[in-house]
Amino acid sequence: MKFNLKVWRQKNAKADGRLVDYTIDNINVDMSFLEMVDVLNDELIRKGEDPIAFDHDCREGICGMCSMYIDGRAHGPHHAATTCQLYMRTFKDGDTIYVEPFKAKAFPIIKDLAVDRSAFDRIIAAGGFVSVNTGQAQDANSLPVEKEAAEKAMDAAACIGCGACVAACPNSAAMLFVSAKISQLAMLPQGGPERKNRAIKMVEQMDAEGFGNCTNIGACEAECPKEIKLTNIARMNREYLAATIIDE
Amino acid sequence: MSELNSKIPDGPLTEKWANYKEHAKLVNPANKRKIEIIVVGTGLAGASAAATLAELGYKVKAYCFQDSPRRAHSIAAQGGINAAKNYKNDGDSVFRLFYDTIKGGDFRAREANVYRLADVSRNIIDQCVAQGVPFAREYGGLLDNRSFGGAQVSRTFYARGQTGQQLLLGAYQALERQIGLGNVTMYSRHEMVELVTIDGKARGIIARDLITGKLERHFGHAVLLCTGGYGNVFYLSTNAMGSNVTASWKAYKKGAYFANPCYTQIHPTCIPVTGDYQSKLTLMSESLRNDGRVWVPKTKEDSEAIRKGTKKAEDIKEDDRDYYLERKYPSFGNLCPRDIASRAAKEVCDEGRGIVPSGFGVFLDFAAAIKRLGVDTVKARYGELFPMYQNITNEDPLKTPMKIYPAVHYTMGGTWVDYELMTTVQGLYCLGEANFSDHGANRLGASALMQGLADGYFVIPSTISNYLSPEIFTKPIPTDHPAFVEAENAVKERSEKLMSIQGKRTVDDFHKQLGKIMWEYCGMARTAEGLTKARDLIRELRKEFWSDVKIPGLLNDFNSEFDKAGRVADFIELGELMVVDALHRNESCGGHFRVEYQDQGEAKRDDANFAYAAAWEFKGVDTDPVLHKEELKFENVELQVRSYK
Ligand SMILES: Cc1cc2nc3c(=O)[nH]c(=O)nc-3n(C[C@H](O)[C@H](O)[C@H](O)COP(=O)(O)OP(=O)(O)OC[C@H]3O[C@@H](n4cnc5c(N)ncnc54)[C@H](O)[C@@H]3O)c2cc1C
Ligand code: SF4
Ligand code: FES
Repeated sequence: MKFNLKVWRQKNAKADGRLVDYTIDNINVDMSFLEMVDVLNDELIRKGEDPIAFDHDCREGICGMCSMYIDGRAHGPHHAATTCQLYMRTFKDGDTIYVEPFKAKAFPIIKDLAVDRSAFDRIIAAGGFVSVNTGQAQDANSLPVEKEAAEKAMDAAACIGCGACVAACPNSAAMLFVSAKISQLAMLPQGGPERKNRAIKMVEQMDAEGFGNCTNIGACEAECPKEIKLTNIARMNREYLAATIIDE
Repeated sequence: MSELNSKIPDGPLTEKWANYKEHAKLVNPANKRKIEIIVVGTGLAGASAAATLAELGYKVKAYCFQDSPRRAHSIAAQGGINAAKNYKNDGDSVFRLFYDTIKGGDFRAREANVYRLADVSRNIIDQCVAQGVPFAREYGGLLDNRSFGGAQVSRTFYARGQTGQQLLLGAYQALERQIGLGNVTMYSRHEMVELVTIDGKARGIIARDLITGKLERHFGHAVLLCTGGYGNVFYLSTNAMGSNVTASWKAYKKGAYFANPCYTQIHPTCIPVTGDYQSKLTLMSESLRNDGRVWVPKTKEDSEAIRKGTKKAEDIKEDDRDYYLERKYPSFGNLCPRDIASRAAKEVCDEGRGIVPSGFGVFLDFAAAIKRLGVDTVKARYGELFPMYQNITNEDPLKTPMKIYPAVHYTMGGTWVDYELMTTVQGLYCLGEANFSDHGANRLGASALMQGLADGYFVIPSTISNYLSPEIFTKPIPTDHPAFVEAENAVKERSEKLMSIQGKRTVDDFHKQLGKIMWEYCGMARTAEGLTKARDLIRELRKEFWSDVKIPGLLNDFNSEFDKAGRVADFIELGELMVVDALHRNESCGGHFRVEYQDQGEAKRDDANFAYAAAWEFKGVDTDPVLHKEELKFENVELQVRSYK
């Protein structure tokens, strides 16, 4: 297979970026998208050019590190899959493919396709946890948890923190990510005591990081590789509202 | 530093840990605030250690090379975590978990450590549940368990096919909480590139900021390496792309012995290699062997027909199939330990009965389970795994059997540590997969997560105070100390040398070649002849690397190729040590199978001569390392031939 690529190149956070054209040939249908970029980089290196910088690690859709905006979609055209799980068989021979970074004010570009998503860590640090020190726990089975609640908590907990929801959203909102954590912990009894504080702190931090507001577009849910549901956002809003009303 | 002192506490096995804790020296809360601890790595081991030490009041600095601590390789673990809770009332106990782990490790691990591991396993589950880890539950709301290889009880806790993710997120959240409270300073996108020692004690690290390429000096009263395994020495493995040996290797060169490097785990259930372009191999969790049956056709002819595509799995009649694990190991069947299942797969493929075009692949079949349980139950049980397989291979495992083959997965060897997890360098500790403890020559499924969290949450917080208690009198050492300057200069010199080569071959080229050598000669079957040859090949490769590698870009910049080059340079040296270790161990045990030492295909241990951990001391890149032996004493289990028949 042969492809024409238009790849975002940007030297560093301060430099201007632009799309650069590359053509690549002899691509096997079973290659992953990142393996295709590996091949391109290998060619660039041999030619003495700077390879394309991009983030990746596990290459199996779980670490959340890969983050490409492909043909106008976060993680590309394949539904419910990360960039590393996108296979070249999804494309047609001769296709022109646009490859850009996840763009958002709160995700500054570091180089080429690599962006800084540390805002997500700071949101978790603000309240995305249960305050239990090591050694303080009681026996794990002393508190039964309804199976359904556990399953729903797990659905929300599946978020990999990739930021595709932000990249997909015209407002660059981080609601899906934040609500997934708030929901997971709100649905489990262990998360109960800190519910209010958690919702307030995480939402405050989210706003401080410069993420936008939710206007119910739903692009986040459509592009989320882990199929995190919009209902989490509704739950987050309820949690937040309940917390603030009682607080005042 | 001649004799290895493992510092195993006195007393009966079951009381050693309690005795130790009762007598270990403590650091009072006011003094803890004056002590700084460096934690390199934020996987299960590092994140749990960093969070817990910070909770206790120490000042912690944590490092990872990814953009966030949440992305450590532990995130990819699928199947589950063992704990001797006996919630199933099926006869499990701390002793049984201890025994299974020692036996699974082919009697090459330290009894006292393994018992402690089994003991604290129960606390881990309590802690994780309290953090909000959404483990699978039964309808009554209590925790569910599944079975894993090498055990006859059901003691594995799991969160769908994402157990590692959920456990890591629990530890990560605990860590982020401490970061938010100001007790931990987090350095993401930082790579430790050198260890700093002063008067024989670990006192800090040199780290490279991976965004700017700048070198930084960081002081710590103690340094913890929680940097994961070195399976990527084989290039293709189930590890994440960035997993590397660099931190342990720098420590090795500064005096931390490296133990049992040849013990590598080849996991039986991975997606087979299909092409040269492949960058990694994907694991299909061992939990699939709960319901999947492994087979190949009985005859070479049928296998060939399948390879050519003229026959399909469905065309092979039940009687013409060889469910070889069930045949050879009737009592454990498809759930026999990994080393055994992997070797059995290699054997049938070497006989010409492999079922993928390359010849190296076997079937993992769910048809019987689907018939017994229904499609929905099977689908629900394995969550993400089936779609993941289908996405990669374009085949639906609910309709046609999976194709699998063994791949490098885990490294039992690693930095030598004593009972306190301290290396042979004072004040330098090693936790998690990076150390050599607990799993002997083979690790059982679901026990790496257990070990990482045991080390981080429960062991190190108790043992480190024993060392730090006199350290309260040591003021933070300014990083303009000559030892820091010298260490940084050494890194600079090496980096500039690497960049100056500007040869013709890419870093990946060298890495792939190293991987091929390791897989061929130091993989599932090893011989003295092959290993001797491999050593020469690796030495040649090292010379070539240092004269012909081509690294683009600048040193003081975001430069992934340079980062990779540094790691591959260390892998090449490690490869040689693995071969030396494999060559010296004239026996077969666990993941180390020497063709010369077998009993009709089964590993033949030599307890009279090799019941020890081999700890290697660095003497120079071109000088032979020196072997130190830690004799393993088995006082509570009887050494026996490991049988799963
Ligand atoms: C696909 C897969 C599935 C698995 N499934 C299971 C399972 O079901 N059950 C089970 O028990 N085990 C499983 N394992 C094994 C288990 O996941 C690992 O052994 C374990 O998670 C290792 O944890 P760790 O904390 O020691 O290291 P890691 O999680 O590998 O973390 C290493 C950390 O060190 C950092 N680091 C490394 N080098 C440097 C450096 N030089 N400078 C700075 N930082 C550095 C990294 O950034 C990272 O944060 C699986 C492994 C794989 C590959
Ligand atoms: S909610 Fe989905 S898209 Fe957003 S960070 Fe989580 S996994 Fe990624
Ligand atoms: S590289 Fe880990 S999710 Fe894509």
